[in-house]
Amino acid sequence: MQRLVLVGNGMAGVACIEQVLKLAPSFDITIFGDETHTNYNRILLSSVLAGEKSLDEITLHPLDWYVDKGITLRLGVRIVDVDADAKTVTGDDGSVVEFDKLLLATGSSPVIPPIAHASKTGVFTFRNMGDARALLERAGPGVNAVVIGGGLLGLEAARGLQVQGCAVTVIHLVDTLMERQLDPTGGTYLTRKMERLGMRVLLSRRTTAVLGNGHVQGVELADGEQIDADLVVIAAGIRPNADLGRKAGLIVNRGIVVNDYMETSHPDIFAVGECAEHRNVCYGLVAPLLEQGKVLAATITGNRGPVYEGTVEASKLKIMGVDVFSAGDINEAAENESVRHEDPSLGIYKKIILAGGKLKGIVLVGDASESHRYMDWLRTGADLTAKRKHLLFPDPVEDVGFDVAAMPDSETVCGCLGVSKGAIIEAIHAQGMNTMAQLKQVTRASTGCGSCTNLCEQLLRAVAPRFEEETKSTLCACVPFSYEQLRDIVLSQKLKSVQEVLNIYGNRKGCEVCKPALSYMLDMVWCGEHEEDRSARFINDRVHANIQRDGSFSVVPRIRGGVTSPGELRRIADVAEKYSVRMVKITGSQRIDLLGVKKADLPKIWADLGMPSGQAYTKGVRMVKTCVGTDFCRFGVQDSTSAGIELERRLENLYTPHKTKMGAVGCPRNCAEATVKDIGLIGQEGSWQVVVGGAAGKKVRKADLLITVESTAQALEAAELFFQYYRENANYLERTYDFVERTGIEKVRKDTVYAPEPDRKKLLDRLERSKAIAKDAWLERETPFHPTQFTQIEPMEKVLV
Amino acid sequence: MTRENNWIRITKAENFPLREGRPVSLGGVEIAIFNLGDRFAAIENKCPHQGGPLCDGIVAGTAVVCPLHGWRFDLDTGAATRASLPVCVTIFPTRVEDGIVQVNVNGGSRIEMEDAA
Ligand code: SRM
Ligand SMILES: Cc1cc2nc3c(=O)[nH]c(=O)nc-3n(C[C@H](O)[C@H](O)[C@H](O)COP(=O)(O)OP(=O)(O)OC[C@H]3O[C@@H](n4cnc5c(N)ncnc54)[C@H](O)[C@@H]3O)c2cc1C
Ligand code: SF4
Ligand code: FES
Repeated sequence: MQRLVLVGNGMAGVACIEQVLKLAPSFDITIFGDETHTNYNRILLSSVLAGEKSLDEITLHPLDWYVDKGITLRLGVRIVDVDADAKTVTGDDGSVVEFDKLLLATGSSPVIPPIAHASKTGVFTFRNMGDARALLERAGPGVNAVVIGGGLLGLEAARGLQVQGCAVTVIHLVDTLMERQLDPTGGTYLTRKMERLGMRVLLSRRTTAVLGNGHVQGVELADGEQIDADLVVIAAGIRPNADLGRKAGLIVNRGIVVNDYMETSHPDIFAVGECAEHRNVCYGLVAPLLEQGKVLAATITGNRGPVYEGTVEASKLKIMGVDVFSAGDINEAAENESVRHEDPSLGIYKKIILAGGKLKGIVLVGDASESHRYMDWLRTGADLTAKRKHLLFPDPVEDVGFDVAAMPDSETVCGCLGVSKGAIIEAIHAQGMNTMAQLKQVTRASTGCGSCTNLCEQLLRAVAPRFEEETKSTLCACVPFSYEQLRDIVLSQKLKSVQEVLNIYGNRKGCEVCKPALSYMLDMVWCGEHEEDRSARFINDRVHANIQRDGSFSVVPRIRGGVTSPGELRRIADVAEKYSVRMVKITGSQRIDLLGVKKADLPKIWADLGMPSGQAYTKGVRMVKTCVGTDFCRFGVQDSTSAGIELERRLENLYTPHKTKMGAVGCPRNCAEATVKDIGLIGQEGSWQVVVGGAAGKKVRKADLLITVESTAQALEAAELFFQYYRENANYLERTYDFVERTGIEKVRKDTVYAPEPDRKKLLDRLERSKAIAKDAWLERETPFHPTQFTQIEPMEKVLV
Repeated sequence: MTRENNWIRITKAENFPLREGRPVSLGGVEIAIFNLGDRFAAIENKCPHQGGPLCDGIVAGTAVVCPLHGWRFDLDTGAATRASLPVCVTIFPTRVEDGIVQVNVNGGSRIEMEDAA
């Protein structure tokens, strides 16, 4: 058996081994890696730092895979020497291993520019899991972070640190961020976007020293300015790890020189990945390395034939909401023409470079949705003369989604993992896949940077026999993400205001659909600790009353459980007279409505009533309708009145995806209609039935049984569990009757009343946190949210008519 | 001075919260004034549909959405932007001097219906 030794348990090396195994499963393979983790997706370290993924989610090959393939894995061992004649490698643990064929895939190391004291504690690089872990440990609110280097890696590190709570300054040596991928205009757009995220960006500034006594306290720039820092990340470029090549006596320039068959100057030693130099280029992105790996696998296994001829590099910045894409040659040489489109207020800049009617380079900032189209033109060298008029603007029909049907089978869909359209279709047919999860698992497509997810989904939708949607429809055109995605974004990116979400992820404008939905989401995600923006609320929620057809408002005070008193009724009567309320009406929800009130009178009426808001104007907790129960009714077997009042007390003042109406009845005669409420408690002899998802409005639906419990305390807790679950998981404007039906009552039960104790506790804890902050909205009568919240503005001068 | 130019001093700019509208009555004309962040906009405070108070609408970029049934009006032109209806509201010029928002009451203008259609 031929012994194949791989040095470097990273992305390029292991990908190549995968190909080798496909072609010739008979090698005796040993892999050395100086990192202690099995092969993982290095690209996603940025997402880990930005809180979008956890460290254990980015594993590419778990230990089982190595075992399965019969590979000897030596982790935590660094190869320090290669003897090309004796054909051995030596590890830093002293072990010497013989090989018949050696594959060097040692990647790169971060470049540390000449900065004084760059080795102080608190100075980091960003290359591997250890770095990511260390950064996550240090980063947090109140920490000043400085990132030296405004390239792809530096910016992703900077954003990650910011998401972790740090105040971040990026210091860049040249005058354009990502100058290798962007022209100065594109750089300016990007700078603006980064600044809008709250980052400080210093351009054309050279860092000369790290300051601090032992631990870093700041950095000093060439002009003498000092910047405070508790943490410094150096992301100033990478250098191929070519040392072992030198030790083996191979030809090495910047990297280990390889030819088009990926052979080095030694017949049994090969190199792949960032440590290799092909036609004078050392690549720093995954796509080319995988292409190299395929060619090399053929060469190593004795199928020498396929050649590697270089790759058009395409880079994408992985910062949510900051679309930057660049590919090809972006220099505006004399023989090139450039076509651009700019929209400063939308922050969109697109430029493509043409030469002889063919596409040479692409720069996209602010909108990279069309990158696939351009990449196709770039790769195929298509003649674009006929398309000249709408190069940057596809026909509206095509705009809806890239036309997958028009793509040739050979076209690459997933650039990171090199999966073609044909391969995906074949896999869908062969394996009968229907979901994105299956597609990812089988083809690995879209598991790299994720930018081709939409494309994969469209393919799946077009080809799969029973395509199953995973993400639901987008919230609205202003912020084109699903509710789930938005919730994740809000949480992971720590966004606390509606305008922030719109600025970063949307069209900066918003509308009457998305603004209230986002307002609700922020309130729910942050348990009330969001930045309340009343301009994003419907008028009802700005003045806590229901707007009527004539512009006046209605007032429904809270009358818990429908139980009132003579004194309260008298006060209501007085108020109605004092403010000449047009109508006093008993509502369908066991309460009293004062209709036709002027906005300016609202605070006064509330004060005179001295009752809390009944939230009759909002998507929130309406009422708990109750019946007279055990206290009076001869059939009552449970104290529904007290239970209902208690439930209302516990949940009142909270907001929900849609209005939440409840009922509690003392026996199955159901006089307060609990079986058609969002949440109902139905008393029985010795127990309560807790039911959810009932309706008797636009739709009539009998509620589903959530659980039957013995005590009132248990019934209330079950109601609370469901209530919080609905708050967190329903789409905005989705009533419980739709939510329960969509989710399925079994799943609802599993996630609430039957959930493991810790999960139940978490739901209840979050409810409690929200409740602790929730206030009676009508208290704004004393401390208005804004001084002119309820007022008609009086002009300073009279107008003569 | 202001009178000759028909500019009426309304109130301090901070009385208009960002991206919200407030109503003001000027010589019998009901006007809604909006704070758009970089400037103020003033329009007739009456929706042509059923008279809804536009000052209470949600501001969507440079448009306002009527709180009653969702008709939408461009604050720069006064034209209804969503409904394909030839309707519009009157717009009034605004300016800010010494931190006071001013409206030119006699400067109201309406676009031609054909344009809005
Ligand atoms: C005042 C009241 C009617 C009455 O005079 O009794 C009422 C009035 C309105 N209901 Fe109602 N509903 C009232 C009890 C009900 C009930 C009965 C109940 O609560 O037990 C229902 C059926 C149960 C339900 O909610 O499903 C009910 C089902 C609706 C619906 C249909 C909801 C659905 O999804 O099926 C709407 C429209 C909506 O929410 O989208 C609605 C919407 C409205 C609105 C808010 C319409 C609006 O957006 O302006 C009405 C406000 C009138 C106004 O100007 O104040 N109202 N509405 C009742 C106030 C109850 C309270 O004290 O808070
Ligand atoms: C944070 C981050 C984000 C990135 N984002 C993107 C992106 O969005 N898109 C993209 O295409 N690329 C991205 N990259 C680059 C991409 O990860 C690399 O191009 C790719 O991982 C290189 O693969 P490789 O196998 O050549 O090197 P590596 O993946 O670095 O693997 C080399 C391995 O060899 C080990 N090693 C080195 N020397 C020895 C030795 N002597 N003995 C034993 N083991 C040794 C190293 O520790 C390492 O584990 C990113 C990189 C980082 C760090
Ligand atoms: S049924 Fe409800 S929504 Fe319809 S008119 Fe009556 S109060 Fe208004
Ligand atoms: S009154 Fe304005 S939309 Fe109906």
